[in-house]
Amino acid sequence: MSVLEIIVFTVVKIVLILTVMLLMVSYLVYFERRVSAWVQNRLGPNRVGWEGVLQPFADVFKLLLKEDIVPVKANQFIHTLAPVIALFVAFATYAVIPIASPLKIFGYEIPLVVADVNIGVLYVLALTSVGVYAITLAGWSSGSKYSLFGGIRSSAQMISYEISMGFSVAGVLLFAESLRPIAIVQSQGSWMWNAWIQPIGFITFVVSAFAETNRLPFDLPEAEPELVGGYHTEYSSMKFAAFFLAEYANMIIAAGMIVTLYLGGYNLPFFNIESLGLANWLTVIIQIGSFFIKMGVLLFFFLWIRWSLPRFRYDQLMSIGWKVMFPLSLINLIWVAVLIMVFNL
Amino acid sequence: MTLYDIIFYLFALVTISSAYLVVTVRNIVYSAFSLLFTLFGIAGLYALLGADFVAIVQLIVYVGGILILMIFGVMLTNKITNVQIKTGVFQILPATIGVGIFGGFLLAVLLNTNWLNLNVKDSPATTFQLGQLLMNEWVLPFELLGIVLLIALLGAASIARK
Amino acid sequence: MVTVSLYHYLFVSTILFSLGIFGIVTRKNAVMVLMGIELILNAANINFVAFARYGNFGFQGQLMALFVIVLAAAEAAIALAIVLNIYKVFSSVNVDEIDRLKE
Repeated sequence: MSVLEIIVFTVVKIVLILTVMLLMVSYLVYFERRVSAWVQNRLGPNRVGWEGVLQPFADVFKLLLKEDIVPVKANQFIHTLAPVIALFVAFATYAVIPIASPLKIFGYEIPLVVADVNIGVLYVLALTSVGVYAITLAGWSSGSKYSLFGGIRSSAQMISYEISMGFSVAGVLLFAESLRPIAIVQSQGSWMWNAWIQPIGFITFVVSAFAETNRLPFDLPEAEPELVGGYHTEYSSMKFAAFFLAEYANMIIAAGMIVTLYLGGYNLPFFNIESLGLANWLTVIIQIGSFFIKMGVLLFFFLWIRWSLPRFRYDQLMSIGWKVMFPLSLINLIWVAVLIMVFNL
Repeated sequence: MTLYDIIFYLFALVTISSAYLVVTVRNIVYSAFSLLFTLFGIAGLYALLGADFVAIVQLIVYVGGILILMIFGVMLTNKITNVQIKTGVFQILPATIGVGIFGGFLLAVLLNTNWLNLNVKDSPATTFQLGQLLMNEWVLPFELLGIVLLIALLGAASIARK
Repeated sequence: MVTVSLYHYLFVSTILFSLGIFGIVTRKNAVMVLMGIELILNAANINFVAFARYGNFGFQGQLMALFVIVLAAAEAAIALAIVLNIYKVFSSVNVDEIDRLKE
């Protein structure tokens, strides 16, 4: 492939991924509202369009038309920059998550991932740590105590859980012997999911992912009863929407990462699709379907947890992070190392 | 001028201009924020030098750890609800002269030395190679670093607690 | 503008180093002094990686850069703990006001 072709394909993939992500994010919000309503035995949004399917667009228009208010005591520049960072990080992370095996079309072989980086997993971790800045800066620049507390809580929480996240990922990397997401997916084959091999690591990763995305039961940065809205208390209009979208985009990325690292990625469970000898495009479509179904199930799990568990206290959050999750992820690492030693994997 | 050169000049510009802001802006949070861009620029330079692993470690450790710690330091050592956190400065003139002379000296040394300038080709597997080195030749420094980190962790916790 | 070579990287790192020293010397706030130190460490790191690339030293230069990054993390943690303590005692972190060793 020439340089020009690579650029064209990459741009097409970026545009596609962005569109799909934006649609998924807005429908995830709708999905969340409907699932919450279902859990609480009410109806949820069902007025705009059939069963409320146009609700996300109505929400976006409402936010677009609202007045953008910046508090007098806020730092104008950083106050505007923070939501931009949040959105940028949320969407840039998606570049390394593979959604299917390469598509062969018109004589080209196109990998279905925007950037096949050979240190993709580290790239995700690095961008997650950049995401902390959005929240910290938003909290600080608003010039309000609620925002500030939200921001500080959030950065402390995200730093603490990044450690157990990193150690659980290390277990996966030991097995895959690679930092490339595609290699990790392939190393799991169709049934040797990392979730079976290293269940402890799977649990610590999922818990850390909840904490990193600030979802309940770890949503202390925006705990409504204590902090009004946390770091985005002073945000309105599209800036608020940016944070809102970033939060849901982060959920989707967390789900995508869990699927890639622990649930076999785009491969079908217990069944090797490539052994059937189907046409390439059919295989790819089935794999994309399998990836998104796994992701959907995980996202439902996220919402389900939200209405099942109460919020932790801050000291509980910290002690779970440092005294439970961190040692557990270390134990998982040792477990994986022993497995590899014993079975010569 | 190739694409590589353009990207280099871009990163160098980002790095140097934001580093200049870091040491001249009076608002501490602005400084910390420009340091973020400096670190990004330097990570970009590493990537250009073919050291992708170092670049990403730079992002994870510096951006995700050290700089956050510093922002915490800023917030915890000031009246944090005050958005305008200023730092005092002193000895600007002597420092400018001194650093100017020193920098000039360094540049003179740099330009008058005949460095080995080979431009080796990129190796595709930096992570693998670094891992090999860390676990074989450099295993003792590696383990010592682990101990240093542990001691630093304990030390920092006990100092901050007092 | 000429083709990028070792000199360009060394030039960037020299400027970073000088700026770092400038920051350390002129800033009163202790955290800002730390930022100056980080600039200096980064300048040294650029040199390590650049020499490794252009001097054919294999990967040892990159390894040194990694070690420096790790040590910088340890340094920042300790230094900030000390800064917090100083703030408790002096209620300020301006380095020119810290002139007592005893409380």
